[in-house]
Amino acid sequence: MMGFVYAGLIWAVGWYINARLAHSSASDTRLVSLLIPTIFGVTIIAMWQVLVTLLEVSPIILPPPSMIAARFSQSLPLLWADFEQTILKGAFTGYIVGMIAAFAVALLADRSPFLTKGILPVGAFMAALPIVGTAPIFVKWLGSDWQSKAAVVAVMVFFPILVNTVAGLKDTSTMQRDLMRTYGAGYWPTLFKLRLPAALPFIFNGLKIATTLALIGAIVAEFFGSPTVGMGFRISTSVGQLALDMVWAEIVVAALAGSAFYGAMAFLEKRVTFWHPSQR
Amino acid sequence: MWMIDLRGIIPAATVVGCILLIWTLAVIPMNAHLAADMAARGDVVVTPHSPQDRKAMTGVTIAVKNPVIIAMTYSLDRPRLPSPHQVAVEMHNTIFTVAPTSRRSLVHHAWVTLSATLLGFVIGTTLGVLLAVGIVYNRTMDKSVMPWAITSQTIPILALAPMIIVMLGAIGIQGLLPKSIISAYLSFFPVVVGMVKGLRSPDAMQLDLLRTYNANAPQGFWKLRLPASMPYLFTSLKIGISAALVGAIVGELPTGARAGFGARMLVGDQYGQPMVTWAALFGAAITAALLVGLISFIERRTLNRMGMGAA
Repeated sequence: MMGFVYAGLIWAVGWYINARLAHSSASDTRLVSLLIPTIFGVTIIAMWQVLVTLLEVSPIILPPPSMIAARFSQSLPLLWADFEQTILKGAFTGYIVGMIAAFAVALLADRSPFLTKGILPVGAFMAALPIVGTAPIFVKWLGSDWQSKAAVVAVMVFFPILVNTVAGLKDTSTMQRDLMRTYGAGYWPTLFKLRLPAALPFIFNGLKIATTLALIGAIVAEFFGSPTVGMGFRISTSVGQLALDMVWAEIVVAALAGSAFYGAMAFLEKRVTFWHPSQR
Repeated sequence: MWMIDLRGIIPAATVVGCILLIWTLAVIPMNAHLAADMAARGDVVVTPHSPQDRKAMTGVTIAVKNPVIIAMTYSLDRPRLPSPHQVAVEMHNTIFTVAPTSRRSLVHHAWVTLSATLLGFVIGTTLGVLLAVGIVYNRTMDKSVMPWAITSQTIPILALAPMIIVMLGAIGIQGLLPKSIISAYLSFFPVVVGMVKGLRSPDAMQLDLLRTYNANAPQGFWKLRLPASMPYLFTSLKIGISAALVGAIVGELPTGARAGFGARMLVGDQYGQPMVTWAALFGAAITAALLVGLISFIERRTLNRMGMGAA
């Protein structure tokens, strides 16, 4: 019972600090708006620790954060090998292949308004489908190593990037295109100087959505067959061995990789589309 | 109103036709090795004769050198890539010719996955809307929870699926609920983020107008914020339902579930029955399409009733 009392106390303290901070005059400064979610996160982790330890929850149901942190720091080489296999080889390769394919198809379709009209609804529709399900097929075709994961990732990221790129390329007004025509600019100068820059906010939107999809694809595809390394492999075998601290450590890696990947794209977007109203 | 816009359908149909054509053509090189092996076991003379030599060649070369086998690539029992008509036949057989209660029926498996999806979707959406209301009305909650809700969208939450299943299994919860919890979890965050955006969409002018009417907070919520959030809600619901379906399918993978789309994909994979995997894949795709279509339909009806429909 003491567990609940302590957890309640921790919650009350954390919430009190946050309530004071959120209603203080400094609440909109950068520091405080980072501090508040951090305090919230620390509160949750502290409550988790206290509840699991004092209520003596079995570590095969929910390991305490301290145990996960210990496992994480002990298995850094293993986690790095898994990260390399799944994220660097599987997800990144697939992401780049899918991205290039999407750009190529978008540019090809761009020459024909008829195709553009067809690709938008079909691509949006395909983007909503459970493409992860193609994983067993690709594993059968390309073997269980990272190539099959990259293929799943490429197909998964293809449609969101395609739809956003095609939509972005349509996003110039007649006035702007007419201006380019009065300059005597042909298709390619218009594309590079006007329409591609105008499409960048859309393209980055697609690229950002695709970062999470890429990680999901690479991890889930490993549930269907993988060499004895990789985050999805580690998660599914550790679950089988009831080594949940290892599973949580992999999830920490996945979370860090996901946020870093997304953050990198957002940073790039900020640098490249600095002129867009949403960035100013 | 069901408005069928022919000008929109023809380009879309052309694109789908192109995809089907590429698929149909790809069947030949993909299955050429298998078909050549089979032909060689029969009485057909295949060039080159030894399977080792054929292995080194591409599917296209084999098909060009042995035009006889081209027809065979479309009728293999266990093809590497089944042709569209084979998938269609398999789906027809498992949907229409067996009783929906049978284990072989795709409808049975669809229902297993769909029930988990829908239960999870309802749980996730309800909790998501409630949290969004809390975030909009409570500044502390907004500042503490909202950054995490946004960050969580960049995290592959799906990786948690196997663990959730085992965790719940360890405390004795099995069957529908673990899968639903994964679905709920996946549909929860898009709804929170979209709904917060929606509830905040009324501008200062509109809020001020309500203040001049002397409206209290609940009236402001029911008469302005909630109606204004509907377009945002439906957009999130469409993302949420397809995420929920993926969650239910992936939730079926690690447990060795015997029913559902995920289980069918795994069974087809492990027992070398590609048709089973492909039928499950297309079954899942059709289910996703129907769910998203249903929400779009409700969206159009609702927004039209509320006077917000697209002209």
